Amino acid sequence: MTRSPNKDVLFGLYDDETKILSAVSEARAAHLDIYDVFTPFPVHGMEDAMGFTESRLHQAGFVYGLIGTLTAFLGMTWVFTSDWPIIFGGKPYWSVPAFIPVTFELTVLFAAIGMVVTFYTICGMGPGIINPTLHDRITDDKFCLAFDVTDVSDDEKAKFKTFLETSGAEEIDQKHI
Amino acid sequence: MSGHISPIREPLITGAKTYHQITEDICGPTERTPSVAWMIAFILAVTGLAVYVFCVTWTIWVGIGSWNLNRTINWGWDITNFVWWVGIGHAGTLISAILLLFRQKWRTGVNRAAEAMTIFAVICAGQFPLIHMGRLWLGFFIFPYPNTRGPLWVNFNSPLLWDVFAISTYFTVSLLFWYTGLVPDFATVRDRASGFRRKMYDFLAFGWTGSAKHWQRWESLSLILAGLSTPLVLSVHTIVSFDFATSVIPGWHTTIFPPYFVAGAIFSGFAMVQTLMIITRKVLNLQDYITLEHIDSMNKVILATGSIVGVAYLTELFISWYSGYIYEQFAFYNRLMGPYFWSYIGMMACNVISPQIFWSKNLRKNITVTFAMSIFINIGMWFERFVIIASTLARDYLPSSWSYYSATWVEVGLFVGTLGLFSTCFMIFTRVAPVVAIAEIKSILKNAGDQYVGMKNALKHDHKHESVKANGGDAH
Repeated sequence: MTRSPNKDVLFGLYDDETKILSAVSEARAAHLDIYDVFTPFPVHGMEDAMGFTESRLHQAGFVYGLIGTLTAFLGMTWVFTSDWPIIFGGKPYWSVPAFIPVTFELTVLFAAIGMVVTFYTICGMGPGIINPTLHDRITDDKFCLAFDVTDVSDDEKAKFKTFLETSGAEEIDQKHI
Repeated sequence: MSGHISPIREPLITGAKTYHQITEDICGPTERTPSVAWMIAFILAVTGLAVYVFCVTWTIWVGIGSWNLNRTINWGWDITNFVWWVGIGHAGTLISAILLLFRQKWRTGVNRAAEAMTIFAVICAGQFPLIHMGRLWLGFFIFPYPNTRGPLWVNFNSPLLWDVFAISTYFTVSLLFWYTGLVPDFATVRDRASGFRRKMYDFLAFGWTGSAKHWQRWESLSLILAGLSTPLVLSVHTIVSFDFATSVIPGWHTTIFPPYFVAGAIFSGFAMVQTLMIITRKVLNLQDYITLEHIDSMNKVILATGSIVGVAYLTELFISWYSGYIYEQFAFYNRLMGPYFWSYIGMMACNVISPQIFWSKNLRKNITVTFAMSIFINIGMWFERFVIIASTLARDYLPSSWSYYSATWVEVGLFVGTLGLFSTCFMIFTRVAPVVAIAEIKSILKNAGDQYVGMKNALKHDHKHESVKANGGDAH
């Protein structure tokens, strides 16, 4: 299933991460609205250059983990104290130390599955999903800075183009995705 | 931008690579027709898999009586193999999670293959408790689900049930971690492919684009999964050791088991990583990415964990004597002098004595020695589990029920068969997925690539020269 954002995108390809980092900083300083930046690997300093806030994925992970903890611990408590109490080895029905291994494992399991599902959902990815890409070498060795030019005046577009040219883009192209 | 380049570290990527060259080198093996050597090895692996399928079928058809287990010795090769395989899996998680948290850059060369090894090893491990149940088709009874028998629940106080949760969580989390790391690299392969391959990798890449925000989240996710996997991997072998330690069998009922099992697991896992990587780097021409520096680092881990295991063996002996408890003392006397003394000698020779050669840097960087050692350790660690299981059970409290156990062809076939299962999975993996994490290698290129490490040294040298001059000027 192809998920198209239905946009005209003007983009420039740079051949080094230092070049795109300075280009992104300059573009933001010049108040140009960046559509997105695509890189073959995580470029350090890009979050700051793009002005991203910290990802809240870990907070979600904590909540999922907590759900796992409670599911396991309360579940075992319910089974062994009210649903079907059995004495094992002369221990009390509610034998907390014996519940710890399963509680720990389910905490990790819920947190991991929850976060991975959240990650793919918020990134709009998943099995069978195809997101259109701008250039085949973005996943290889090119660093791409893209501007949205869907309903943009020619003046504005020229401004983007000049910026890409002056900031050291090797190749400039426009594509409908 | 380029980060810190340590002047004393050896480069981790050799051959003055560019980003594009890295893509070419690592994607290459998935795009070429397999070599004759690969084909022959694959046929061997599939033959092993066929042996496995045959022996499992035989076990189910004839019943568990086709094994030589008896009333006294109710765990034999099956559980030995289970613990051995789970242990092997641990190195992958250690490399991908713990070394990520410790910011060890050398992990990037080997983490992908090691994680794949983890997943395949856990698949192999999981087979044994399942087949060992006898009635395989009732295997789902191990999960607590609402059923029509009461509902009758599983025993949450049993270490065997903790094992079910530990192993299934470990498998799931490892798989998610591994696949999330693979997605950007599948996208790299996708963007080079056409036709059917393009469609296949379109599916596998999950629609990855390389957007900056996605990378930020991806890094955040990797870090948290690493943080979760670290206590997880320690818990898994701890729980496996509980299978023994929470029983009241002399020789098993010891508090040293959890750390001793975890150290042993990492030890045997690294040995298996060495076995696999030494072959893989040669066959796929990845010597520039999996360098002697990587092999050296892994041998250091082997030396450290091997020594921990050695100390644990000696502690165990001392404590059994010091306890003054005759059954415990007999259990250890029996390991050394009993009917299975040969496996104890094998274990000590392979696990404690032979890894000590790695104190020598020359031997740590010698590929032939490393390969031979990795095989020794794999054998030694198998013996360790056999010593713990078989020698202990063969001599229990009642001398009238003492017995001896040796495996039947079915049990041997199951073990050899899982080696086939493992190799088949691993060989398919090397054909389908990039064996080295492409994106991660690119991200360390500028502080671990040989051309940059050299450049930094040159710069440092110039700088020193200038500062000497400047100081000279000041003195005047």
